[in-house]
Amino acid sequence: MAHRVGMEVSIAISHAVQMCRAEAIAAYPITPQTHIVEHLSSMVANGELDAEFVNVESEHSAMSTCIGMSATGARTYTATSSQGLALMNEILFITSALRLPIVMTVANRALSGPLSIWNDHGDIMAARDIGWIQIFVENGQEAFDHSVMAFKIAENHQVLLPTIINLDGFILSHVVEAMEFPDQELVDKFLPPYHPRYSLDPAKPVTMGAFAMPEVYTECKMGHQMALTGAYEHILQVWKEWGDLTGRHYQPVEKYRTEGAKTLLLTMGCLSEVAEVAVDEMRESGLEVGLLKLRMWRPFPFADLRSAVAGAKHVIVCDRALSLGGAAPPVLAEVRSALYAMRGRPQTSSFVIGLGGRDIAPNAFKEIVAQALEEAQQKPTQEYHIFGVRG
Amino acid sequence: MSSKPMDQVTWQEIDLGAILTEPGSARDYNTGDWRSQHPVWTKSRCIRCGVCWTVCPEGGISEEPGGYFDMNTYCKGCGICAKECVTGCISMVPEEE
Repeated sequence: MAHRVGMEVSIAISHAVQMCRAEAIAAYPITPQTHIVEHLSSMVANGELDAEFVNVESEHSAMSTCIGMSATGARTYTATSSQGLALMNEILFITSALRLPIVMTVANRALSGPLSIWNDHGDIMAARDIGWIQIFVENGQEAFDHSVMAFKIAENHQVLLPTIINLDGFILSHVVEAMEFPDQELVDKFLPPYHPRYSLDPAKPVTMGAFAMPEVYTECKMGHQMALTGAYEHILQVWKEWGDLTGRHYQPVEKYRTEGAKTLLLTMGCLSEVAEVAVDEMRESGLEVGLLKLRMWRPFPFADLRSAVAGAKHVIVCDRALSLGGAAPPVLAEVRSALYAMRGRPQTSSFVIGLGGRDIAPNAFKEIVAQALEEAQQKPTQEYHIFGVRG
Repeated sequence: MSSKPMDQVTWQEIDLGAILTEPGSARDYNTGDWRSQHPVWTKSRCIRCGVCWTVCPEGGISEEPGGYFDMNTYCKGCGICAKECVTGCISMVPEEE
């Protein structure tokens, strides 16, 4: 039987990784990811998890080590944040191109400078195009569930792609929440041992990471693109299977009180729960406002997004990162691209919120909706707003 | 990867992660295409010592019948053999000549 627990979300993730029987972990501690790998390290040291835990001197080495371990056929896990993810950057592209099903938790944190240890999505947006599956979670239960499901998705032979679970640093990673843990038997049944298609084996040598000439590089990238977009249906299949086992069902674009909504807020990550409170209050005051929560970031769920906004007049995208000097903040850029070809598409507004740990309370979403609706009557003066910025 | 010429391989024919399951695929790539000059041996001065063959970083020199040496299709024209030749019997000749 599943049982209820109350614990810090970081610790819950380390338990998820333990229940998934990860065999190889290489990580470098960085705030706010630290508690996850710290606890995994203890579990390995205490004999509670039969895995190789490799201490490394940098995140560049962490991901490089993970590649080597995953290439031998081991179920491999790591976690990082911010500067650590940035330092891994070069290797992240290689991981996915090699089709190694490494699972990584990113406790999202702002990038320096100025130096900040607090939460936003600047780190993962700088790694947007690494060719990994990328999922965002909203609360502790989702963090646990998606950590387990990530292994099953990544290791599916029709997928074989590394997978990132994004959770907001501190405001989710460090909070204590009530969660439901499944039994080990259920996880074992759901997630059988990993059998690689190819592995490093002296008895059957292969070359991984070979040079590609201009004649085939494009075809290699096409294969990667097809694998990532094709992963969509397998992700949904795994989510359904988990939903049938646990009663917790997940969708690429989650809807909250969208029935009859003319205006939709769109958020990613755990600020969605704050936005829900604001939507409840706005609905009570008679405003037809709903909320979309983008869970699947890569592959981008185009069709789900288009169907989710159908009937709405206005979509207000709340980004947690900037694209300095660019056309739009990252999520808005994707959403606008997805909606552009849509007949009768809704108007879009954009607000960048919660940078570097700036707190966002429910009232912020109400102010955002009010400002967006007011501007919808006039000609927009800016491509996007940085909400709450002084001066 | 399939046995087709590289410029005819489709994306579906590339193995998972562009992995190579057969060794020696570099043989199919004649790196000699790159060179702008190549070594020419003056056989009358060659003592067949094999220093050129030993110092070539690319395996671009092969032993010929009679123990003499000559470049093969992998020679990139770097000129190390000419520089190191004991008797100075190797000269580098621009490719267009």
